[in-house]
Amino acid sequence: MKTIGRSFRPLFAVAAALGVLSGTAEARDFTIASWGGSYQDAQREVYFAPFSQESGTAFLEDVYLGGWAQFQAMQDTGQIPWDVVQVETSELVRGCEEGVFVQLDWSKLVPKEDMLPDAVTDCGVGMLVWSVVIAYNADTVGKAPATLADFWDTKTWTGKRGMRKGPKLNLEYALMADGVEPADVYKVLNTPEGVDRAFAKLDEVKPLVQWWEAGAQAPEWLAAGDVELSVAYNGRITNAQKDGKNLQMIWDRTIFAIDSWAIIEGAPNQDAGYAFIKYTTDPGRQAAFTKAYAYGPTHKNGVAMVDPERAKSLPAGDNLATGLFGGSQEALDFWVDYQEELTERWNRWVAQN
Amino acid sequence: MNAPAGIAGEGKAGPADRSLETKLRRAERRRSLNAFLLVAPLLLFIVVVFAGPILSLLYFSVDDPKLAEVMPLTAETVAEWDGAELPGEEAFATVVEEIRTGYSNRTVAAAAMRLNYEISGFRSMVMRTGRKISRIEGPPYKEALIGLDKRWGDITYWRAIKASAGPYTTRYLLAAVDLQRRWDGSIGAAPPERTIYIDYLKRTFWISFWVLAFCIAIGYPMAFLIATSEKRWSRFLLVLVLLPFWTSLLVRTAAWVVLLQNKGIVNDSLLYMDFIDEPLTLIFNRTGVYIAMVHILLPFLVLPLYAVMRNIPASQMRAAASLGAKPLAAFLSVYLPQTLPGLGAGCILVFILSLGFYITPALIGGASDQMLSYLIAEFATRTGNWGMASAIAILLLLSVAALYPIYRGLVRGGSLRLG
Repeated sequence: MKTIGRSFRPLFAVAAALGVLSGTAEARDFTIASWGGSYQDAQREVYFAPFSQESGTAFLEDVYLGGWAQFQAMQDTGQIPWDVVQVETSELVRGCEEGVFVQLDWSKLVPKEDMLPDAVTDCGVGMLVWSVVIAYNADTVGKAPATLADFWDTKTWTGKRGMRKGPKLNLEYALMADGVEPADVYKVLNTPEGVDRAFAKLDEVKPLVQWWEAGAQAPEWLAAGDVELSVAYNGRITNAQKDGKNLQMIWDRTIFAIDSWAIIEGAPNQDAGYAFIKYTTDPGRQAAFTKAYAYGPTHKNGVAMVDPERAKSLPAGDNLATGLFGGSQEALDFWVDYQEELTERWNRWVAQN
Repeated sequence: MNAPAGIAGEGKAGPADRSLETKLRRAERRRSLNAFLLVAPLLLFIVVVFAGPILSLLYFSVDDPKLAEVMPLTAETVAEWDGAELPGEEAFATVVEEIRTGYSNRTVAAAAMRLNYEISGFRSMVMRTGRKISRIEGPPYKEALIGLDKRWGDITYWRAIKASAGPYTTRYLLAAVDLQRRWDGSIGAAPPERTIYIDYLKRTFWISFWVLAFCIAIGYPMAFLIATSEKRWSRFLLVLVLLPFWTSLLVRTAAWVVLLQNKGIVNDSLLYMDFIDEPLTLIFNRTGVYIAMVHILLPFLVLPLYAVMRNIPASQMRAAASLGAKPLAAFLSVYLPQTLPGLGAGCILVFILSLGFYITPALIGGASDQMLSYLIAEFATRTGNWGMASAIAILLLLSVAALYPIYRGLVRGGSLRLG
């Protein structure tokens, strides 16, 4: 309640009382929040249900919609509806700094050295590696693109391009297309000239860009022929392939990051949280999960247990050779600092013709 | 001449009359008290669910407690500082101590986030200072802090702390109209690359205006047709209006995505009938937004219009014609004025509803077709900056409130002519 002004406390007290009356009070089952949809279905099959059976822990599920709003509400009302949540690194870092997530006792978890180094943080256990790639429809594209630079080649590929709405990813892609090495991207972006340079590079493709908001839109547009090339989540493209669509992707300059499990400070079922998170770091189970969703394991032995054919479509190993790690400390610092300013600038830029 | 007579009559009232009057007044009072008690639960309901949220919205847009909560002494120190030149050793010592404690008990990040609203990059600067704060063991704090990060020697950062000291701020409200307060208290324009809010407001009004115009162009003849055709036809037409009205907004929006896409039904039919050679771009642009919003909002114009038109006897137009009016003149001087109350109510409904549209432009529009609500959602859900979200919401609320007198004028003007 600390952030609410005194005069409004009675109002929130009433709201909280209503919350208690409607039955959201303490003695709830162990609750997991993840990203919903077919993704969470796959997680339930591989992780939630077997864990519940083996440990005898009843569990509830909820959907986390991304962003900060739900954690802000937890801070303000003191109501903690979840025990563990799967978050992206930017929220993980902010939540860790602001005390929303528990600082983990790693002795209750898998040995740190068994995990990928980037999957081990103060408040989070890396759950999977995901990435965004350049994808195309092999049935309709004139010539298959091979590099990120091809995405900017508007003479050879004259069709529309799908990109994610907002400045994040796009500024990074623009700089890499302009010749900046992945290792230097955030150094360049941290200067005003670097940001100008990225926007100038985006200007080149802007007239052809159709902006997507939901991850599902990119494969849909590619399959329907609405766009010729598109930035897309690799897992979505693999899923579309499973549905018989001839979509392909290139791994040049992929941007990859890690999603992590975090335990929420003040949650009632923290021990179950630790047990559950430990359960999900089992390399065999992580390898099994890659069959349902093409995201990479975070346990060092996980990749080796994946079928080699499948491994080709995972953000792991050689596929990440020219990639940019979007979960590094400098990447996170950059985005938490500049998210709002650059979103304003991007909103302005995108509306100008 | 009536008034003096009335007064004279009252003056003549005897004692019996007066007691009757008192009784009457008492009965009247009792009745109004009863009436009030009957509506009291409703009134309470409105206060709780309507006035309450609006008040808290106003409050959130000026509330600024974060820095003062986490770093109270710093807030106090900078409040006394005049901001003309770099503060002294004492202020530096306070900042070092409060970052030290705030970092160790994980509270400083919230204050750092607040400071970041003033200068992007301030957040990580505070957090980085926090990580290295143990290196500062004693005075002089000023040199030590500047040694950790030379930006601590830059006065603009100290002015940002002063601006965040709270407990109340006008920054969100000013930012929502592309203004900012400078360190000396004067108000000026925000830097050009951050001025987007007035543009969004203009665009919101522009889109709403065209949606309204299309709604009138389609809705007026439609309501006329429903009101004047034979009963079974009018019923059928009314169902056609009502059926989509009863369907969820999200479903209708999603349906338009399916219809309007490049290989959607609309484009396929047009291609098949050889009207076009290439699919039209009907989605992720303004055209698509207009089509879907007009379809969704049309019933709000048609229904009030229909209610008014139904009560206009057809004989009036015949009477006008028999008195020599040409059809257009008869329409303009007899029919149209009588429909104005319905038209006014419908227009204001459509316009106000479209000002607040979010999901339809988000799904069907491109990046340059988003309206103010998009920014509210962005701040409320993505970055968790509720101050900014509230300020934009107030901007939207005030725009709607400004329309209310117009609505009053329209409706009253119409009813006067009716009477």
